[in-house]
Amino acid sequence: MNRHLLSAADLSRDDAVLVLDTAEELAHLADRPIKKLPTLRGRTVVNLFFEDSTRTRTSFEVAAKRLSADVINFSAKGSSVSKGESLKDTALTLEAMGADAVVVRHSASGAPHRLAHWIRGSVVNAGDGTHEHPTQALLDAFTMRQRLGRVEGLHVAVVGDVLHSRVARSNVLLLHTLGADVTLVAPPTLLPVGVETWPCNVSFDLDAVLPKSDVVMMLRVQRERMYGGFFPTTREYARRYGVDGRRMALLPDDAIVMHPGPMNRGVEIAAEVADSVRSTIVEQVANGVSVRMAVLYLLLGGALTDVNEGAV
Amino acid sequence: MTPAPTRPVTGDPSAARPVLEAPDVGRALTRIAHEIVERNHGADDVVLLGIPTRGVTLARRLAERIASVEGTAVPVGSVDVTMYRDDLRLRGIRPLEETEIPPDGVDGRVVVLVDDVLFSGRTVRAALDALSDLGRPRAVQLAVLVDRGHRELPIRADYVGKNIPTSMGETVHVLLDETDGRDGVLLGPADVSRPTGEVAR
Repeated sequence: MNRHLLSAADLSRDDAVLVLDTAEELAHLADRPIKKLPTLRGRTVVNLFFEDSTRTRTSFEVAAKRLSADVINFSAKGSSVSKGESLKDTALTLEAMGADAVVVRHSASGAPHRLAHWIRGSVVNAGDGTHEHPTQALLDAFTMRQRLGRVEGLHVAVVGDVLHSRVARSNVLLLHTLGADVTLVAPPTLLPVGVETWPCNVSFDLDAVLPKSDVVMMLRVQRERMYGGFFPTTREYARRYGVDGRRMALLPDDAIVMHPGPMNRGVEIAAEVADSVRSTIVEQVANGVSVRMAVLYLLLGGALTDVNEGAV
Repeated sequence: MTPAPTRPVTGDPSAARPVLEAPDVGRALTRIAHEIVERNHGADDVVLLGIPTRGVTLARRLAERIASVEGTAVPVGSVDVTMYRDDLRLRGIRPLEETEIPPDGVDGRVVVLVDDVLFSGRTVRAALDALSDLGRPRAVQLAVLVDRGHRELPIRADYVGKNIPTSMGETVHVLLDETDGRDGVLLGPADVSRPTGEVAR
């Protein structure tokens, strides 16, 4: 695996399986009286969040602390960034403080890539613009494996606002690497340009896709990124692309419904679905901690490998 | 994030000579099983925790032998020490092994740690740290199939299958039927049979 985790495409199949296997062992930690390992003692992990986030930032913070790393939370609000400091200057400041890893979320796609060129430590992409969110894809794959026993060969429908979703892109790339069969379902206005080059199928008809799906992953309608009319009304969107009780009944018996959160109940997912036994939404949050521990351990736990930087 | 590189094979495989044959391994384990029962006045409180991978196999075999002697089913588990090692930063990343604690836990019980080879003592040190995060045993004892000397920490085994004097350059390989297809202990000039570079035990 690379020194950084910037894109789900950075992970080979072996890398991805190693992360999932490692996460599986680390998941047992949650059942123990002392939920802490000494592995990253003396290492510093900086959470650099330029966008609002509760669950991802907290999840990375818990993961780093359970591995005994020192954690510094750095959010754009209330920092020098609000005084106009550039990303590069912020990065160099953190570098000077000795950050071994920087977990970064930024509204600009590609910001973590830039950051990776400026600092010596590892960079973990915790969501950049509408581009990627690789640890979310890893925890989703982990959840599928936990619930259904495998990822390879699963039929996964990713439904909704694909255009603005970094979760969708990372999931398509990772699930393809792991051998799952992905179908994107969205209104044509919410599909990105060039989607035909992605390693997946595209459909506009949710009812036709559901009966052959093992996993339905609902995406949040990201109003904060929408500056135009992507669909006529919220009600119409919910009727055509939301999952409700009727649609859930179309699924095979053991199929699961996933959502990366935060949910818009009543828009892309009905309350009766979100609270059903098929829903993995709460498990996804718990699994997020294990998967992020695995990523931090695998990036920071071993010898510093400056020599073969970038080598797999 | 690459797994520890394969240690280059520098020795001649035929140069590894057996120091324990299969029947010797069996007899050593039978004796250790009896010693555990004797030392602890029975096996009621005993929990066997193996250090992956061969330690776990040995722990299972000891449990079978104790069961046939005492008629007591001794709980068996495993404790992975990877996250507690002191040499993590000296090598490439290592994949984790399984930690499985028996349902009744280790609190107030006599834990016997089981490993195949006792060498520097660093693995056992890591296991003791791991154990203290898992509970508070009444006592901790150590059983090993081979003690090859060269301790770097003040650690000793309570039960030893065989003391084998070695030089630092030599390697000791424990072979077990479950993982290697046959039982035996080989003493060789360099790592010849284990691809994972487990020589520095």
